Amino acid sequence: MELYIRPDYEVVRNESRCIACRVCERQCANEVHSFDPETGLMRSDESKCVNCHRCVSLCPTHALKIVKTDDTYRENANWEAQTIHEVYRQANTGGVLLSSMGNPKPYPVFWDKLLINASQVTNPPIDPLREPMETKLYLGSRKANIVRGEDGLLKDTLPPQLKLSVPIMFSAMSYGSISYNAHESLARAAEELGTYYNTGEGGLHKDFYKYGKNTIVQVASGRFGVHKEYLEAAAAIEIKMGQGAKPGIGGHLPGAKITEDVSETRMIPKGIDAISPAPHHDIYSIEDLKQLVDSLKEATEYKKPVIVKIAAVHNAAAIASGIARSGADIIAIDGYRGGTGAAPTRIRDNVGIPIEMALAQIDTRLREEGIRDNVSLVVGGSVRSSADVVKAIALGADACYIGTAALLALGCHLCRSCHTGKCNWGIATQRPDLVKRLNPDLGYKRLVNLVSAWKHEIEEMMGGMGINSLEALKGNRLMLRGIGLTDTELRLLGVRYAGESL
Amino acid sequence: MKILANGMHYSALNAAVRMSEENDIEIMNCIGQRYIGAGLSERYIDIHGTPGNALGAYLNGAEVRVDGNVQEATGDTMNAGVIEVHGCAGDATGYAMRGGKIFIEGDVGYRCGIHMKAFRTQKPAIVIGGRAGSFLGEYQAGGTIIVLGENLGGKPIVGYFCGTGMHGGEIWLRTDELTAALPEQVKSERMTLSDEAASLIKEWCARFGKDEKPYLSAVYYRLTPNADNPYRQMYTPN
Repeated sequence: MELYIRPDYEVVRNESRCIACRVCERQCANEVHSFDPETGLMRSDESKCVNCHRCVSLCPTHALKIVKTDDTYRENANWEAQTIHEVYRQANTGGVLLSSMGNPKPYPVFWDKLLINASQVTNPPIDPLREPMETKLYLGSRKANIVRGEDGLLKDTLPPQLKLSVPIMFSAMSYGSISYNAHESLARAAEELGTYYNTGEGGLHKDFYKYGKNTIVQVASGRFGVHKEYLEAAAAIEIKMGQGAKPGIGGHLPGAKITEDVSETRMIPKGIDAISPAPHHDIYSIEDLKQLVDSLKEATEYKKPVIVKIAAVHNAAAIASGIARSGADIIAIDGYRGGTGAAPTRIRDNVGIPIEMALAQIDTRLREEGIRDNVSLVVGGSVRSSADVVKAIALGADACYIGTAALLALGCHLCRSCHTGKCNWGIATQRPDLVKRLNPDLGYKRLVNLVSAWKHEIEEMMGGMGINSLEALKGNRLMLRGIGLTDTELRLLGVRYAGESL
Repeated sequence: MKILANGMHYSALNAAVRMSEENDIEIMNCIGQRYIGAGLSERYIDIHGTPGNALGAYLNGAEVRVDGNVQEATGDTMNAGVIEVHGCAGDATGYAMRGGKIFIEGDVGYRCGIHMKAFRTQKPAIVIGGRAGSFLGEYQAGGTIIVLGENLGGKPIVGYFCGTGMHGGEIWLRTDELTAALPEQVKSERMTLSDEAASLIKEWCARFGKDEKPYLSAVYYRLTPNADNPYRQMYTPN
């Protein structure tokens, strides 16, 4: 145990139920549980517990529960236990605090302060079970010119588009940060759902080239695994400029996680740290960004849309305006609650802005400048439900990226310990004994279930509004009303207060 | 095939190169067209004039020869092939290259060989005849960079921050003394050329018609990273 740091949780074992079958011991990669041969009883070392609930879920006699410890420091609203522990940890080690998954701090969630409209009497609601609802959409630039060929017929000048059957894609998670089985689940689910998953910046495993038409490949500052076949395999190419969980910060996959297979996919040697610098060192301006966009288009003969992904930061609207002029087809914006496999705690918890604000401001800015049709907008970080998707589209998004919700579908229990590499659910780990706990045959079905259920719910909400296509919902902010929001928040979101009629 | 490039947009020029039925292509009067040879795996492209940025980006086995200077981001994310420049190169030459070789007769700008990396049998190399600007081999993770230091004109052979964040590969500098201060991640040793470095220098000499002797018998400093995992101790799980 680290000096001064008391366990956050207590493992409560109901001795009358426990049969000492030792399942908990075998299941816990953190080695919390052990068998005491002298007493014949199970023991637990709570200091190692990350509260991932693997043991609780698998205990055959329901003998276990994990509770928040009621051991307490002297109460202090300014110095909470977590804050105190962070000081102890840094005094113990001298290290930068490292966390994972999205910002858990109690900042406002604006999705929860937006209400969706419904039709009554006039413009009647539509029953999606009876009537067709259009959830198909295309992502890409709409900048087409009307050009006629010598035969007088219209020439197709529309830039390449991604076709989605639902407005939901799986966001970038690299092989390395998540496991082979997690990637396989995402790829197969994307194929079955008619949408896309994203390789993240860790390259594309050779086994997954066959899912290429449902794959978005990423090009990040480290250029891991980027080569001609990788670019050709994909349906679209995403340039990663930033990530919501760590805006302005690069990535760093420790050498210990670069296994043989990860090494091959990233195209780097085994055991050596994989460092993604914070900036692309060839991009210092929108003009430079345009150069990378254009070079990727040249290398793939203008057949694939190029996405530019940025973190939602204070000047996101101005940045997006530049990106929309850089030749990019799609802008992906990642809010400050976006997940990560590892990020410095202070960055994750303090840098960036809510996706709701960034989206509303970017959509408004692009419309005002008359360049909204240059690009599609995809938002993530964090989109937690079908209602969030509907609100995002009404605020101006074309589609959403989901990451954390997809991992939850695969069994993640949000213990936020991905950076330790010991994920008991087989997701954020490269340890073969842990990876095999995630069965991709089941995992992909769970993802398909989740997105299919959301699709039904989106149709219900759209039908309720009397809207039968996503296109008619996009940017339709009159379908939203705010609640518990200040005048400034309403102005930035571009919505009226609940009760305010037209 | 000969292409007269003056007045041509880069996308038209590149399409002509891609679609050419002949393997050998000569581009005449090149005036700043970008992305020439992007992603190509075959072809021999001989360029007269000045190609634009990102020459040979994602190059995958093709060979490019330039009779003149090249601009920024030459050989960006190159995987295989050769780029031979009878002149000088701009900034970010060989950014993140993973394989193949770049030979520059003259100088290179800032950030040459940044984030260069090796992979299995792929070992990228950049040989520079003149001097290199600041940030040479920044974040270098593999491969070989050689700076031969011709025509220094009183300037140092490399600029500031050479090898910052380096965690793999090697840099050879032909110099009697190291004048620039090196970052703490970089270790330097005065030593004789390895066979591998010598063969790269011989190839550079052959390509530019130079006498090998003064290069092979000179004093070199070899720069390598101090550790494979320079940031291992930086973090505390929270």
